[in-house]
Order: sequence, then C-alpha cells, then structure tokens
Amino acid sequence: MLGHLHFGSAITAAFLASLVEAVEALTIVLAVATVRGWRPAGLGALSGLVVLALIVVAFGPLLSLVPLHVLQLAIGVLLLLFGMRWLRKAILRAAGYIPLHDEAAAFASETAELQDQAKRHEARLDWLAGLASFKAVLLEGLEVVFIVIAVSAGRGSLVPVSAAAFAACVLVALAGLIVHRPLARVPENTLKFAVGVLLSAFGLFWTGEGLGVNWPGEDLAILGFIALFLVTALAAVAVLGRRAGVAAS
Amino acid sequence: MKTFAAIVRELIGLFVDDGALALAIVAVVVAAGLVAAFAHVAAWASGGILLLGCLGVLLANVMTAKRR
Repeated sequence: MLGHLHFGSAITAAFLASLVEAVEALTIVLAVATVRGWRPAGLGALSGLVVLALIVVAFGPLLSLVPLHVLQLAIGVLLLLFGMRWLRKAILRAAGYIPLHDEAAAFASETAELQDQAKRHEARLDWLAGLASFKAVLLEGLEVVFIVIAVSAGRGSLVPVSAAAFAACVLVALAGLIVHRPLARVPENTLKFAVGVLLSAFGLFWTGEGLGVNWPGEDLAILGFIALFLVTALAAVAVLGRRAGVAAS
Repeated sequence: MKTFAAIVRELIGLFVDDGALALAIVAVVVAAGLVAAFAHVAAWASGGILLLGCLGVLLANVMTAKRR
C-alpha cells in the first residue's frame, strides 16, 4: 500500500514535470525549424539527446557508489531548491504578481532572436540555429533526468518513473509534430504549481531521511507533505491575490 | 566555451533563481542537520524544523515579493 502511494506520487511528479520541460524544449525546436528549417532543428535536437544519453550512461552508474543517506540528503536539498523555486514562481504567477509564462510569446521571441542573428551572421546561422535546438533539448532533458533520479532515489522505482517521463516527452513530441506550433494551450502554470508541490514534498521527505529523521507513517508522510505544501501555496495565492486586487482598486 | 558557460549558468539557475529563497532553504537544512547531529534523542525535532522551516520560508518569501 505504502509502496503504491509512493510510486503513484513519483510517477505523477515525473510525468507532469516532463510534460512541462518537453513543451518548453519543443517551443525552441519549433522556432528553429520555422526560421531555418527542420534540418538544423532536428540535428540540434538529436545531438542534444545523444549528449544527454552519454551523460546518463557515464554518470548514472556512479550514483550507486554514493552511500544512500548522502544521496538522499544531496538529492533532497536539490529537490527542495528546485521544487520550491517552481512553487514560488507558480504562486506569484497565479496571484498576478508576475506574468504567466506564454509559449506563444516565447516562440515569437526565439524566432525574432534567430532572425536577428540571421541578419548578422548569415553564413553561420544553421550552426547557431542547431545550437539553440541542441541547448534547449539538453537543458530541458537534464531537468527531466534530474527529476526522474530524484523522485525515484533509493526506492527501486527508476524504471516506471523513467517510463512515465519518457511517455510525457513522446506525447509532447507527437503533439508538436501534428500541430506544428507551440503548445500554448497547455496549462503550464497549473502544471508547474502541481509539480512544485510534489517536488517540494519529495525534497522535504528525502532531506529528512538523509538526516536520519524517522517520518511518522514512513512513505505515507509524503502525502501529508503534499497536502501541507498545497494548502500553504493556495493560501498564499489567495492572500496575494486579494492584496493585488486591493492595490488595483 | 561561451556556450558551455551559458549551459553551466543555466544549470545553476535551475536550483537558484531567487538567492534569498535558496539561502533560506539551505539555512533551514543546516539548522535541522545540527539538531539531528547534536540531539540524537530528538530526531523528530529535526523533522519539525525542516517541515515548518520550509513552509515558513516559502510563505515569507512570496509574501514579501514585489508586484511586477
């Protein structure tokens, strides 16, 4: 029962986070394809995937050499930094304190930047465009790899969690191939809000485990942490939203 | 080299966006770690510091944010 709960939360976190990362990478690859065609976009994306695979193959086995408590503590702290950063931004966006992330705007900005580069360095543009595609896939891919490793750390759930992340990436890639434009209708802030809550809860759990804390209910504590982060974040949105409304009126 | 530096900068940015939030999280973890190291009998206290500290840090950070 506890194992299933842990697996369920880990798989949900990996799937939703990978969905967000893949949408962001797709926006840049599509911008490159629009400006310079599919060749540099595809080659850049493929190179990014190859480098990502090499990093995983080279460094993945080293993780098993790290003592479990050290791994849990390191991953826990990184997850707290990563998850709470996402959650903070999602709260401020939901409350109207900072603008929502707009894939259509990101696409337009990336396209304009590439076109500007085209005017300045015509000869090297295919290379620059491919590099933009490469960087996007590599960086967003590294985030996916980190999240997969982090939420499955030390619990033997690496295969199902990786499969969930892979499914999300394939889903986004297929959607991108079909619609040929940025997936601007994906509710990115809602996803980031949910993922921020999940990753912060996992980060808290692993950090505590790494420090030797025996959480009441063991894995079940993660559900409690998810509830606490969710309630806190929603309360913050409500208070900030009200404050923003008062200031505007 | 410039591309590599940009990738490293972006990788650091994945974890540290708002410096105050990152510092506060690390401070909470250090405080919980000190309690865990020096007060073995009170491992629950370390968990409590971690839990309340993280929720408190998040609330304090967003409540003091300026509107853009």
